[in-house]
Amino acid sequence: MSSTTALTWFARHELRLAWREWLAMMTGGRRKRRPAVAVGLVAFAAIMHLPAWAVVGRFSDLVLPLDKSSLIVITSTIVMAWTLMLSQAIESVTRVFYARADLDLIMSSPVNLANVFSVRIAAIALAVTAMALLFSTPFIDVLVIGGGARWLSAFGVVAAIGLSAAAVAIAVTIVLFRLIGPARTRLIAQVLAAIIGAGFIIALQIAAIMSYGTLSRFAVVTSEAAAAYAPDTDSILWWPARAAIGDIEALLLLLALGLLLLGAVMALFSGRFADTAIDAAAQGTSTRRRPRTGGFRPGSRQQVLRRKEFALLARDPWLISQTLMQLFYLLPPAVLLWRSFADSSLAIILITPVVVMAAGQLAGGLAWLTISGEDAPDLVATAPLPPARVIRAKIEVVLIAIAVIFMPMVAVLALASPWQAAVTTGGVAIAAASATAIQLWFRVQAKRSQFRRRQTSSRLATFAEAFSSIGWASTSALALALPIAGIVSGLITAGLVAATWKFSPQRE
Amino acid sequence: MEPETSALELRGLTKYFDRPAVDSLDLTIRTGEFYALVGPNGAGKTTTLRMVAGLLRPDAGSVTVFGIDALADPVAAKQLMAWVPDEPMIYDKLTPLEYLEFVAGLWGIEPAIAEPMAHDLLVSLGLEAHLHERCEGFSKGMRQKVALAGALVHDPRLIILDEPLTGLDAVSARHVKGLLGGRVRAGCTVIMTTHILEVAERMADRIGVIASGRLVAEGTLAELRQQNGRTDTSLEDLFIALVNFEAAA
Repeated sequence: MSSTTALTWFARHELRLAWREWLAMMTGGRRKRRPAVAVGLVAFAAIMHLPAWAVVGRFSDLVLPLDKSSLIVITSTIVMAWTLMLSQAIESVTRVFYARADLDLIMSSPVNLANVFSVRIAAIALAVTAMALLFSTPFIDVLVIGGGARWLSAFGVVAAIGLSAAAVAIAVTIVLFRLIGPARTRLIAQVLAAIIGAGFIIALQIAAIMSYGTLSRFAVVTSEAAAAYAPDTDSILWWPARAAIGDIEALLLLLALGLLLLGAVMALFSGRFADTAIDAAAQGTSTRRRPRTGGFRPGSRQQVLRRKEFALLARDPWLISQTLMQLFYLLPPAVLLWRSFADSSLAIILITPVVVMAAGQLAGGLAWLTISGEDAPDLVATAPLPPARVIRAKIEVVLIAIAVIFMPMVAVLALASPWQAAVTTGGVAIAAASATAIQLWFRVQAKRSQFRRRQTSSRLATFAEAFSSIGWASTSALALALPIAGIVSGLITAGLVAATWKFSPQRE
Repeated sequence: MEPETSALELRGLTKYFDRPAVDSLDLTIRTGEFYALVGPNGAGKTTTLRMVAGLLRPDAGSVTVFGIDALADPVAAKQLMAWVPDEPMIYDKLTPLEYLEFVAGLWGIEPAIAEPMAHDLLVSLGLEAHLHERCEGFSKGMRQKVALAGALVHDPRLIILDEPLTGLDAVSARHVKGLLGGRVRAGCTVIMTTHILEVAERMADRIGVIASGRLVAEGTLAELRQQNGRTDTSLEDLFIALVNFEAAA
């Protein structure tokens, strides 16, 4: 087999794997679901055009040359998309190193590893770009329908920034490997991905709160101050914005830059990819810890179970990154809270739904890890204690963790508004309890490492968990602003949770 | 003098999946006995043991562990038992010592008793150098040893093992066999499934041959030979003859 044929063959193999992985994620591995998933995706894409129209519809008339304010808005949106892609790409690269089961086979085969890993790097870039194109399609469609075919060049901008995000992600991850070693890279890369993904939006929100007392990130980018500090309209900084609106010259330059960057990364790092993969595979054999002092600890069986769950949660890199991200998302409301002490602003009410929503989402993830993600199910099932006590201990762990994470913020809130703190506490408790209950009703035996695929086991549970968190967040906000509407919203959300229970397998 | 209670009694034990996996199985294992359950793949060995360990609910029949009805009072029965599956299931993010601390806690063993026992067990299984390493980097053999140590740390009276020697190197397998032999000599009862007939032949006091969910032969090696009229044959030949006969029937 010639080198080119081998590369083509390997690229086809990678694409097939990526396609099947995506399909399995969407269908939960069940072939019968494929038609329903296809119909669902088409319907979802169609429906997504409505919010897309609401968000970008008013920008479709924009024509070149653009004023500074428009350039700033479009460029900020592109930077936001780029950071999200970078976050996803870092996650993908880390997964290639740590979770690909075929690395042994590939590295023991008589192929040129640099070529093989070049294909793998390209596959990451392709996957990141394809996902970004998928999500951006409704928005670009709306712009094309409203403003004409020139907006089609926005697809090119998405592709260009996808390529550059993948290139930067690969470079960052490999540099991290070299600097801090494979053991720490896994955790740091996940945390970095979480922070980068949310960082830009949160930074804008914090700037908006500090300057204008609002959570709206557009307050900063549309401000006169931003326009005053921004470079002139002919600066190369605005190329992506100009390319998106139909400047073909800028688009071609952007695409060329993206390809050049990816090519350079492939040339520089594909040879080191193999070494890095070997290091990552070898990692784990040297995870020696400092012995814990104090020996075995006494306690009831319930305490022993809780202690084990807390130890596993504390040692879970994914969970740490997700918790950090949730806390990161709480930064803007925290800043808002801090500012509201001074001016007694009504904007402080916005804190409650954000906190309640975050609590529900985090509780859902924690509940899956503790209840479904049991790595030694036989051991726990053969232990001499009733199954109900095991479940109770696991639920206690979730609720204690939520309390520890969210109560400090609620305590500070109590200083500003005791009533709002009480409503927030109620919202956090009920959102966390609902998410935990849904995970309990839909529990399936799985390994903790399968967390990424938890949504595939039950779409109903996934949607119910999301809607329950949104519902309780809205209920809490309405309870503060319009109590009657809060009662209605609460009843609807409780009805949704009850309906979820009715359809749950644990009830049968 | 009190009559000797059998360690395990199965009566009419039945489990159906799409076909009978275990079919009205009667089995008695005496206290202090090393019992090997052998049979071809899919014969119902693991299903039987999973029902004994309380991991599967039988469709019919009874399971009695040291006189305790394990279906009526599973917690009391589980207090006396330990189960070691063929695929070692341990927590990657815990060290072997932490894992044993957790298991001992689940069985309610006092830390003062459990800690030295855990240490001794891990050392005797050759894991001394890995006491404070997380299990995530362990080989299958090392994980199997940790799981086995977990099963022994609460000093069970009945140890149930499903293919305990799979994945172990020769030295480790000898360690495990020595450890199990020692437990039997101390009065513990061991029941295990194995595909390694030589192990059953050497270690077991009695051997049960199971096929299509039914016990087709049982006894010491000499008794099995006698039952089949083959006085100087190996267990392997006997086993093949028995399962072929059952398949033909």
